Amino acid sequence: MSDLENLKTSLLAEIEGASDEASIEAVRVNALGKKGSVSELLKTLGGMSAEERQTRGAAINALKTEVTEAITSRKTMLKDAAIDARLKAETLDVSLPVRSSPAERGRIHPISQITDEITAIFADMGFSIAEGSDVETDYYNFTALNFPEGHPAREMHDTFFFQPDEKGERKVLRTHTSPVQVRTMEAQDPPIRIIIPGKTYRQDSDATHSPMFHQVEGLVVDKKAHVGNLRYVLEEFCKTFFEVPSVTMRFRPSFFPFTEPSFEVDIQCDRSGPIVKFGEGTDWMEILGCGMVHPNVLRAGGLDPDEYQGFAWGMGLDRIAMLKYGMPDLRDFFNADVRWMNHYGFRPLDMPTLFGGLSQ
Amino acid sequence: MKFTLSWLKDHLETDANLEQICERLTAIGLEVEDVDDKAAYKPFVIAKVLSAEKHPEADRLKVLSVDAGPDVNGGKPLQIVCGAPNARAGLVGALARPGDYVPGIDVTLAIGKIRGVESHGMMCSEKELNMSEDHNGIIDLPEDAPVGTSFAAYAGLDDPMIEINLTPNRPDCTSIYGIARDLAASGLGTLKQRAEPQLKLEGETSVGLSIDLDDENLCPGFGLRLVRGVKNGASPAWMQTRLKAIGLRPINALVDITNYMTFDQGRPMHVFDAAKVKGDLVVRRASEGETILALDTREYKLSPSNVVIADDNGVESIGGIMGGEHSGCDENTVDVLIESALWDPINIAKSGRALGIITDARYRFERGVDPDYMLPGLDRTTQLVLELCGGTAAEAKVVGYKAYEPKVVDFPFAEVKRLTGLEISSDESRQILDRLGFTVEGSGERVSVKVPSWRPDVDGKADLVEEVMRIHGVDHIKPEPLESIGSVNGKILTTLQIRTRTAKRALAARGMLEAVTWSFIPEAQAKLFGGGAPSLKLANPIAADMSDMRPSLLPGLLTAAQRNADKGLGDVAIFEVSGTYENDTPEGQRRVAGGVRRGTASINGAGRLWSNGAKGGGKPVDVYDAKADALAVIEACGLPMSNVQVEKGGPAWYHPGRCGTIKMGPKIVLGTFGEFHPKTLSALDVSGALCGFEVYLDAMAEPKKKATRTKPPLELSPFQAVKRDFAFVVESTVEAGAIVKAATSADRKLISGVNVFDVFEGASVGEGKKSVAIEILIQPVDKTLTDEDFEALTAKIVANVVKVTGGVLRA
Repeated sequence: MSDLENLKTSLLAEIEGASDEASIEAVRVNALGKKGSVSELLKTLGGMSAEERQTRGAAINALKTEVTEAITSRKTMLKDAAIDARLKAETLDVSLPVRSSPAERGRIHPISQITDEITAIFADMGFSIAEGSDVETDYYNFTALNFPEGHPAREMHDTFFFQPDEKGERKVLRTHTSPVQVRTMEAQDPPIRIIIPGKTYRQDSDATHSPMFHQVEGLVVDKKAHVGNLRYVLEEFCKTFFEVPSVTMRFRPSFFPFTEPSFEVDIQCDRSGPIVKFGEGTDWMEILGCGMVHPNVLRAGGLDPDEYQGFAWGMGLDRIAMLKYGMPDLRDFFNADVRWMNHYGFRPLDMPTLFGGLSQ
Repeated sequence: MKFTLSWLKDHLETDANLEQICERLTAIGLEVEDVDDKAAYKPFVIAKVLSAEKHPEADRLKVLSVDAGPDVNGGKPLQIVCGAPNARAGLVGALARPGDYVPGIDVTLAIGKIRGVESHGMMCSEKELNMSEDHNGIIDLPEDAPVGTSFAAYAGLDDPMIEINLTPNRPDCTSIYGIARDLAASGLGTLKQRAEPQLKLEGETSVGLSIDLDDENLCPGFGLRLVRGVKNGASPAWMQTRLKAIGLRPINALVDITNYMTFDQGRPMHVFDAAKVKGDLVVRRASEGETILALDTREYKLSPSNVVIADDNGVESIGGIMGGEHSGCDENTVDVLIESALWDPINIAKSGRALGIITDARYRFERGVDPDYMLPGLDRTTQLVLELCGGTAAEAKVVGYKAYEPKVVDFPFAEVKRLTGLEISSDESRQILDRLGFTVEGSGERVSVKVPSWRPDVDGKADLVEEVMRIHGVDHIKPEPLESIGSVNGKILTTLQIRTRTAKRALAARGMLEAVTWSFIPEAQAKLFGGGAPSLKLANPIAADMSDMRPSLLPGLLTAAQRNADKGLGDVAIFEVSGTYENDTPEGQRRVAGGVRRGTASINGAGRLWSNGAKGGGKPVDVYDAKADALAVIEACGLPMSNVQVEKGGPAWYHPGRCGTIKMGPKIVLGTFGEFHPKTLSALDVSGALCGFEVYLDAMAEPKKKATRTKPPLELSPFQAVKRDFAFVVESTVEAGAIVKAATSADRKLISGVNVFDVFEGASVGEGKKSVAIEILIQPVDKTLTDEDFEALTAKIVANVVKVTGGVLRA
């Protein structure tokens, strides 16, 4: 039996000495291959007597099992070592910087973001969005809106004019978004519920005035909309827009040519700190103008003011953006300074919704 | 419109305090813009200097012992160090004590020690109390001024000043009387009726007066009265104090009276020195080029659109706007002509604007002065003149005046509820209108309302609703939800609005920053980008370089990129989605998404980074960055990309060899992209690696209406797709697009994609040639392809490409 013991010792030593997958494979072939030392011994089993088979046969089989296991185990060990070595060699410096996502780098201008916020709020109340062109006729910008020729209210608008055409008529850059009111009434039957955001222009420039700015206005025309409804709509809007649980608003009788009665609306706030806080405090801040659509404007839109009625309101889009997000100077809105855009702009995937919140 | 509380109380009997009055003013539509309760003057008391000794350590200072009455310092005199030259024993002046804030020097006093002597206050100069610029000495009051009492009360400085922001529809409240009437109507007191002056008239106004106008509306009434023998000195202190309190400078009694009437009654008056008027007065249009030296000592050149009052000397006054220097009243005036006239608001507004004159008279006449008060106003002014200047008044001369015919509004009281939602009884509505001076005629629920002469703004039912509502109180209107209309509203946004929004988010998601640039740009830039039409040129631009409506977003974006580069921010990617202007019609306003990348600002980020390869250098942006941006917008807008074609070439502002035009079909131009022509860049004064694009969102067709929202079934081929690579050597002018197209057309059924993966130019492919390598994706449809099938397809692909491009398959 010592021949088997010797073989086993020598094979186990060879297995132990194999240093890589190739040498262990060579050991395996030498021992267990077709002509391997163990395989040769197994071949002798056929010529053995029953007793011999019981003793020496069993010993040979035991040898085979032991050698096989040793090889397998060594193989696994060597394979793992090889992987470990490879992984070590493949190690990279993860402290190296990578590119940010373009979607994180890009920015949406506050004007676009605020427009989306307003759209989200009013869409929920059944309004749709209407638009008009920046270059308007005197008729739609003034006359149809009940600004009589020569009326001082026209002067309050600091209008940009174009050169008169051959008929002596001169177009204007719209001084407000209100021309869309009459254009909508002409194009659509009541009930009308629209929000009109857009560019407007007046000859004015300082920290809170820019020759180009943005307004948003709303128009409701049906057979029963009244000041109480107007109050409701504006309170809901202000609460939702400024993201406060409640707001206190003050309606002051005022004057606009295209509404009667007219109001200016103040919102209660705290102006003691650098940032205006809504829903608290004891100060008032004027935030918008509104009123019942003037009978002459309804008539200009082809509607009978004894049958139809409605209300309209308007406010500075840039201004409410400044109030909500704290930009100090309106002129910066149009400077395209990338530092400003990065700071005050919004990430493209931060889309204002009522379900996800207007602002993130 | 400014006034003081005591002045208001001349007309309003009320117990309300300042705060209540201000609150009510705002509530009824007379918005209080500013209130000065004069509390700043409260601390100062009248004090008497008992003794004034030289300061032991300073020649110019004195040590005063000051008595400020029994309530100050327990009645004991205060020691005060004072440097005023006029400080002397016996002087009565205004004392500020430690703790008091002295407005003129912006200091809160404390007990001080001046050169070793304690000082317990300060005797103030007028400047220190912000009363005037006088700082030559301390205030020196008459000896009988009551020591120990409020200095402000004594000097009339404690009368609170209120300023309201008057809306242009309320001419009636350009007078303090009118404001009192509104407050009284709202229940805050009683309006004191104006006394009718009892004038003793002697003789005639001996100046000829006529109106010579083609349009009688220009001057619907003119009253003139001569007062002889006046003495035109300074106006009395009470009048001067009031005028000063609202910011007017007292001049002389006659002028001050006219100013007083302007504010007190909203009735602008004018006074001529009768001695300086030559011949008759005539109201007429000015002649072209006629001039007048006005009371502001400036000369104005007039035109026939200005209505003037003239005599044989020429123009003496611009009607309703400003009088002339020549016939003005001064201390030598003995006989005065008082004018009370009416003018056409529109003409006054136009004339005032054209002449650039802003006066309190113009302010009122362009809003509308009460026609019914023309003559009472003349009488009231005459009375003031007689009271303050003496003299004898003559019978007035009046031309052109017709009595006021009230407008009548047919008014169902139900209008109040219809428009405001307020439940107000018709009785209350009637009372409100009555208190405001309207005459309500008839009974029941529908009445006739006569509009008073001072309310030209009231025309119809809605105006009356406003009157009732604002006096009843707007706060009574309760918010009421809007009724829901329809359960499914369809689309809130139009396709163009959705695409505008999508384009913005798509571009921002490509790392670009959204800018909003000016709609108006310099003429030269407009012309460079195909604009500059006369119809799109502003007549009154705010600045010379903001003159033309932009034909393209690119000039604004390119110059914006440069501005950033000038600040050291050279790698910028900015975009704008907004209007450009082809003509002055609504349709001429396009909706464009445009963008510019500068420096290395590609979608992957700008600047150097180790992962960029050689030395981390960022690649300058080029035409392909712009092309990718443009196509991204079109794709985001949902257009079928398989129908979108890119042609080489584009508008002149691009680099002719590095630009392209994107089309849908042969006609619809969806956009352009490219690098810029060097001449464009130098004309805009911009530099650096730049590329840009514009996509016309309004050129995109509406998406086809689908019958169902269900998507077509997904068909997956059971057969494995195969990729094959080909490389062709072609002339370097051959477009890769042509190779792709030729390869694709070999078998549109089997070939599901062709991709260019390498373009190579070099000696190995020959001079003037390039190698273009393409990868073709073959998707068997109904069977696995055999070797023969592949051979046939390959041969066809090669043949097609060779035929179209004249190239050869690279070995």
